[in-house]
Amino acid sequence: MSRTFLGMPGRALERGFPANAAVAVRDSQLRFNLRKATRTIRGKRAAVVAELPDWEGLRQAGKAIKDHTLRNLDRYLEQLEAAVTAAGGHVHWARDADEANRIVADLVRATGETEVVKVKSMATQEIGLNEALAAEGVTAYETDLAELIVQLGDDWPSHILVPAIHRNRAEIREIFQERMGEWGRPAPEHLTDDPRALAEAARLHLRERFLSTKVAISGANFMIAETGTLVVLESEGNGRMCLTLPRTLISVVGIEKILPTWRDLEVFLQLLPRSSTGERMNPYTSTWTGATEGQEFHLVLLDNGRTGVLADEVGRQALRCIRCSACLNVCPVYERAGGHAYGSVYPGPIGAILTPQLRGMGSELDRSLPYASSLCGACYEVCPVAIDIPEVLVDLRAKARHPRAERLGMAAAGWIFNRPERLALAQRAGGRLRRFVPKRLPGPMSAWTDTRDLPDIPRESFRDWWDRTGGRTGTERQDGGAR
Amino acid sequence: MRVALFITCVNDTLFPGTGKATVTLLRRLGVDVAFPRAQTCCGQMHVNTGYREEGVRLARHFAEVFGGYDAVVVPSGSCGAMVREQYPRLAPAATGEVVPKVYELSEFLIDVLGVTDVGAYFPHRVTYHPTCHSLRGLHLGDRPLRLLRNVRGLELVPLPGAEECCGFGGTFAVKNPAISAAMCADKVGNVMATGAEVLCAADNSCLMHIGGTLTRQKTGVKIMHLAEILAATEAAEVTATIERSAP
Repeated sequence: MSRTFLGMPGRALERGFPANAAVAVRDSQLRFNLRKATRTIRGKRAAVVAELPDWEGLRQAGKAIKDHTLRNLDRYLEQLEAAVTAAGGHVHWARDADEANRIVADLVRATGETEVVKVKSMATQEIGLNEALAAEGVTAYETDLAELIVQLGDDWPSHILVPAIHRNRAEIREIFQERMGEWGRPAPEHLTDDPRALAEAARLHLRERFLSTKVAISGANFMIAETGTLVVLESEGNGRMCLTLPRTLISVVGIEKILPTWRDLEVFLQLLPRSSTGERMNPYTSTWTGATEGQEFHLVLLDNGRTGVLADEVGRQALRCIRCSACLNVCPVYERAGGHAYGSVYPGPIGAILTPQLRGMGSELDRSLPYASSLCGACYEVCPVAIDIPEVLVDLRAKARHPRAERLGMAAAGWIFNRPERLALAQRAGGRLRRFVPKRLPGPMSAWTDTRDLPDIPRESFRDWWDRTGGRTGTERQDGGAR
Repeated sequence: MRVALFITCVNDTLFPGTGKATVTLLRRLGVDVAFPRAQTCCGQMHVNTGYREEGVRLARHFAEVFGGYDAVVVPSGSCGAMVREQYPRLAPAATGEVVPKVYELSEFLIDVLGVTDVGAYFPHRVTYHPTCHSLRGLHLGDRPLRLLRNVRGLELVPLPGAEECCGFGGTFAVKNPAISAAMCADKVGNVMATGAEVLCAADNSCLMHIGGTLTRQKTGVKIMHLAEILAATEAAEVTATIERSAP
């Protein structure tokens, strides 16, 4: 199998996560932007989740519905295909990114158009659709405000919900001022960084596009198998413009996005907005079934590594993900490293388990992603479909290839821990050498002593003390008491 | 009731004072705690770094060592969470019997012994960091705080951003040193904002990481395990040591 493409070429892929993160963490502007933004959404989410007395019940229902669907995915996919077809839509199956891009490019070419408008979509980011269309002479215009900022800035998304979270409004003003003209209607002169002025500039820039473009491309948050209905949740209404105005609509959706029935949707319409934007309900929820009169509708069902994930007993829970990004907003590592360090359109905790599963662990970056976590568990706590991200991280770590020096160290530690007498000997050796431990360690262990002192090694281990005193305290000085 | 102490390899090797304090405290409360000599390590470092087989071996060893006891007390939220959360996945058959009998220290004191006032005296300003595995793994809730609130002379000051990870994360601290240090810098900033003399937690591994930064930055703030504060009485040695080593 060829390496699954996940829409993020470039420099972030050449190094491991620790090296990417070490660069990002020194960018104080990025740290400030991320800290402010993630903490704001985190607070909003916590408030609206606390309002619901049955949140944990909803969460378990979401998990159960997704698990049931994934167990019967083949059946529901066929049911969906039949329903979409019956409603006048066309269904296409794409094994990987190349196949999906090829299908979409052919569909666009068949319309004779060279421009398309896009609804914010992770699936099309994942397959790098915009770049693939550009290679075919088709320009794709992002219409979600944050995606527009990313596109105009020649940038990469760094957050699932807020792709331009790493930018502040002063930077956005600059991008609009300098780049909007190259893509269409330029930004008004003397644009300020007032959020309302920025939104107005985007509105004027995009409005023309909506009215003139004949082809739209979207993803979907959910697909209802029983009726063949697709569902998109959004905040701006720009998605609805794309879904309703153009003559041809092409939706690229991951196969795991299915829900069996409309009744199941009820659970997710509560879980998703509260978890992602921290709202009780998002402003726009669009649903469509097949093709409307005068419109053409194509659904491209995307695998791109998902079937492989589904086969993994522990890792498959990652397919429950509804892309809310609550885990990103609570992650202390994401907050400091930023999204680009993860080298995939899926950053943060969910990216750390999704990317290595979809793409494999062939590169240094992908092998390092399961370690991009202190296993603090904050992600699992907020996940609306109860994905036990730490469990999957630990499982992936067991599957990763480990560096030689680490393997030797772990084998030595294991050898010592296998026999209590060996542990006691090692402790006594440490006790004797305690005066010779330098303040700064050489080699890889300098990673500890660069910023932290080592603890003092006690003269006597607990077990030797117990042997000597029978565990009777109070007679000798406590040499390990305060440090 | 036959009660065993699982000291943990980190405490055994680097923080024997925590073990001694745990023994002192339990004996004061009338528990004759045993220390099975064959114990070594719970296997957390191996499992969480990706060396599962070694971890499974250590989990089985743990079950053999502690199988005969009615309760196993662990002065570490993280090792306690390793046993309770991960053993059922790693070696369900071998560890099924022992796992429910494993208690973190504050759980044992409150849930098993039914004590919240352990008769301790510690006249210092203390802030408490609820480590991730105590908080989200074992769900200790406010148990450690209830114990600390009943310590005579102790002034407990809330830690801002208490629930955020300190950045230790086992081998994470050396595999991702830049992020780990950045997380710790924020934790240390919050500790300093409290004006506390002592930072307390139920986990010496996190304390080793935060404490290593506190001393490197010459802050003068001491770290102490929960057991050490709870074991302190009147002007006990622990308090004396603290004052002696203060800058």
